[in-house]
Amino acid sequence: MIQLTIDGTKIVAQPGKNLLQVCLENDVYVPHLCHMEGMEDPPASCRLCLVEIEGVNGTVASCRIAPRDGMVVTTQSQAVRQLQRSALQLLLSAHRVDCRNCASNKRCALQQMAKFLKVPLKVKHLDHLLDETDYQLNHPVLEYDPGKCVLCGKCIYVCTRQQAHPVLTFARRGFETVIGFMGSTPPSELPCLDCLACSAICPVSAIYPKKPEAASSHSPGPADQRLNGVGKQ
Amino acid sequence: MNLHLEKSPQERFAALLEKAGECAAPEQRDTIPRIYIGMATCGLAAGAAETKAAFEEVLAEQHIEADIIPVGCLGHCYAEPLVVIENPGFPAIAYHQVTPGKAKVLVKSFLVEGDPLFEYVLAAMEENDLIPTVADFPRFNLEQRIVMRHCGVIDPTDINQYLVKGGYASLARALSLPPEEIIRMVAEAGLRGRGGAGFPTGRKWELAKADPGTEKTVICNADEGDPGAYMDRTLLESDPHQLLEGLAICAYCVGAAKAVVYVRAEYPLAVETITTAIDQARDANLLGRSILGTSFDLEVTVFQGSGAFVCGEETALIQSVEGKRGMPQHRPPYPVQHGLWDQPTVINNVKTLSTIPTIIEHGSQWFRSVGAQTSPGTAIFSVVGKVIHPGLVEIPMGTTLGTLIFNICGGVPKQKQFKAVQIGGPSGGCLPESFLDTPVDFDSLTQAGAMMGSGGMVVMDEESCMVNVARYFLEFTQNESCGKCTFCRLGTRHLLNILDRITKGQGKESDLDVLDSLARDIQRGSLCGLGKTAPNPVLTSLNYFRSEYQAHISEKRCPAMMCRTLTAFYIDPDKCARGCEVCVGCCPVEAIFTAKGRKKAIDQSLCVKCGECMVSCPPEYDAVKKVSPAELAPIVERPES
Repeated sequence: MIQLTIDGTKIVAQPGKNLLQVCLENDVYVPHLCHMEGMEDPPASCRLCLVEIEGVNGTVASCRIAPRDGMVVTTQSQAVRQLQRSALQLLLSAHRVDCRNCASNKRCALQQMAKFLKVPLKVKHLDHLLDETDYQLNHPVLEYDPGKCVLCGKCIYVCTRQQAHPVLTFARRGFETVIGFMGSTPPSELPCLDCLACSAICPVSAIYPKKPEAASSHSPGPADQRLNGVGKQ
Repeated sequence: MNLHLEKSPQERFAALLEKAGECAAPEQRDTIPRIYIGMATCGLAAGAAETKAAFEEVLAEQHIEADIIPVGCLGHCYAEPLVVIENPGFPAIAYHQVTPGKAKVLVKSFLVEGDPLFEYVLAAMEENDLIPTVADFPRFNLEQRIVMRHCGVIDPTDINQYLVKGGYASLARALSLPPEEIIRMVAEAGLRGRGGAGFPTGRKWELAKADPGTEKTVICNADEGDPGAYMDRTLLESDPHQLLEGLAICAYCVGAAKAVVYVRAEYPLAVETITTAIDQARDANLLGRSILGTSFDLEVTVFQGSGAFVCGEETALIQSVEGKRGMPQHRPPYPVQHGLWDQPTVINNVKTLSTIPTIIEHGSQWFRSVGAQTSPGTAIFSVVGKVIHPGLVEIPMGTTLGTLIFNICGGVPKQKQFKAVQIGGPSGGCLPESFLDTPVDFDSLTQAGAMMGSGGMVVMDEESCMVNVARYFLEFTQNESCGKCTFCRLGTRHLLNILDRITKGQGKESDLDVLDSLARDIQRGSLCGLGKTAPNPVLTSLNYFRSEYQAHISEKRCPAMMCRTLTAFYIDPDKCARGCEVCVGCCPVEAIFTAKGRKKAIDQSLCVKCGECMVSCPPEYDAVKKVSPAELAPIVERPES
């Protein structure tokens, strides 16, 4: 058993869990987006679960910290909140905020964090990075909305976990990064329609099953062929 | 009994050296001229291949026997193609900008008639009574060449030339010592990683050595990507064996049997040179199995990166070697414990590894005596931009920026004013004139808000707009962001958008605060080094050149008159010469017309602000003026035809 102090409260934690999990299990809410229970190597890419640890310079991603005996953790310092707000505002500035018509309304991760961090959903001081991409996932049964996607990577993680031959991956890079569909499996043999783990896990409803009539009319587009080509190599 | 098995590494090395001496310098060589041509990428770009062909042609024509030796790069980019001629009876003389025409003249005049052609001479390479030597020039004598000592002097494709210069002696010596002792030497020397961050090399090796992992790897990081930086390329192309020697010593110390040279595919000559060098070293039993008869094996392979800047970051580099997307991973765990294929991996920069042989050769005390207290040794910079003598410079750490820019590189050309120097590439900062006394070492530069980086240095004069410079570097990092973490993916995009707006005169008063706070958040919040350092150009330029930002925003004026939207050209009718048509002819968009009194004027609605008219206007008239803000240009109506 490990004894540590989180925000002034002494907490006993079991070994094998990361600091973010320990916080959450002890009712200390730390905003987070890309972390999932059971991940061996959390990507630490959303930069939201930041905390301060006594003796460590700056803020650190709690999902990558193994609790140690005597660790003194602060989850709500000014520096932590400043960075968390900034990260959330950045995500919102590239997210099409259309809650009323969104399937994730009221259970959306961004809404939850915005409420907790007291950040308005419309970011005033930053330009809205309009998404003008014509990107299509070109998947027979899945639809993907890059304007909503926050690139947490959970869909890719669950796809990799559930499927022997995962079909989702990151594609393109930098600001243009999107979720890509990779693989040379014929549409009829894709396990996706019975799985839909990606759609279930998406915190912002950016990936979801196509409506039945749309699904049947799928024909491979240029992007589809390109990505399939990558898969074959 | 197999007697040769009992020879020590040093005895085996002595035998190897004897053989190399015979191959590299046969007796008759002293009687015929030798022509050394710098044939690294920079030389080739300046036309060294044509120069070499010209030499060959005219030597054959004149029936002169001479050796043409292709060598690497001496680092004097302004003088390329650079040729050194050793003509018996004369000191070795360096000639600059040797075109094929000059090459032919040199053979006829110098080799045939014995006239060294003073007008083409750069300097003599050795002491003599005839020609000033390199030691008389600050570009040479203020430098201290340790890592680059063989660059441009030996043929990089011939291992024997490296051997006769004392090469691989340090490896032979190292193999007869316990690894701990060598690690201690490197640690005592105080060598810090030359990749930019300056982590103590000895410490890194110690950690790797101590790790119980069995399949350790050493990776040489030659993924050089900063705009304007080419030190690693030059070292790979000019002295690959020195790097391999350092790599082998490192592998021996940490207990690795595998090494990878990670070099970008955009460096085809470097890839070729290092590959040849590996083969030669393996044939000479200096790499491969049972090196110099010991139980130490080392297999070195070359891995060609595909050119993503972020793959210079060590965790992304490992992902790339493993065949995954080049995306940085969270540290810790550090590669030295969990690196390539989850095994302990030492990743060192080209310059770090290339420094190792000299430390073993001369000892750690000697190394400590060079350079600065906390950053011993030398630093290699590629100084480019507005300087008279650009190129690679190796200086002792602690040399001031002013000495480097003004004394060694000759200062700013065309009598322009020095404005700023950008150190450390897109991750570094822009330092103004007041920092010219700053010594060049890891700690001083970091304190000033720049960083050592891998050694790129861009000098800027009064005609450089600092907002535009920051925008340029942000455009680079924004393009090279891998897209993994929020701050770098989206934050740098916002910074770029704001800077872009400001350079177009659409900046808002509030932009400066947003830039400042967002830049600091990106610095603190990003996952990897690329994101953490990407805002440096913005923060330093905001800090040291804030008034330029303000002029752009509130007056719509670009003080350096560089941002096109904020500048305009006009023709001063009092100076314009009646009937002169030069500017009209050179305007690519036909924006210049004849106004009243047969004087010329510019139609602002058509002008693309290329500046051609200003260049072409004869200096005695000097009638074309550039102004900022753009409204200052008087509007002249085009007469109706």
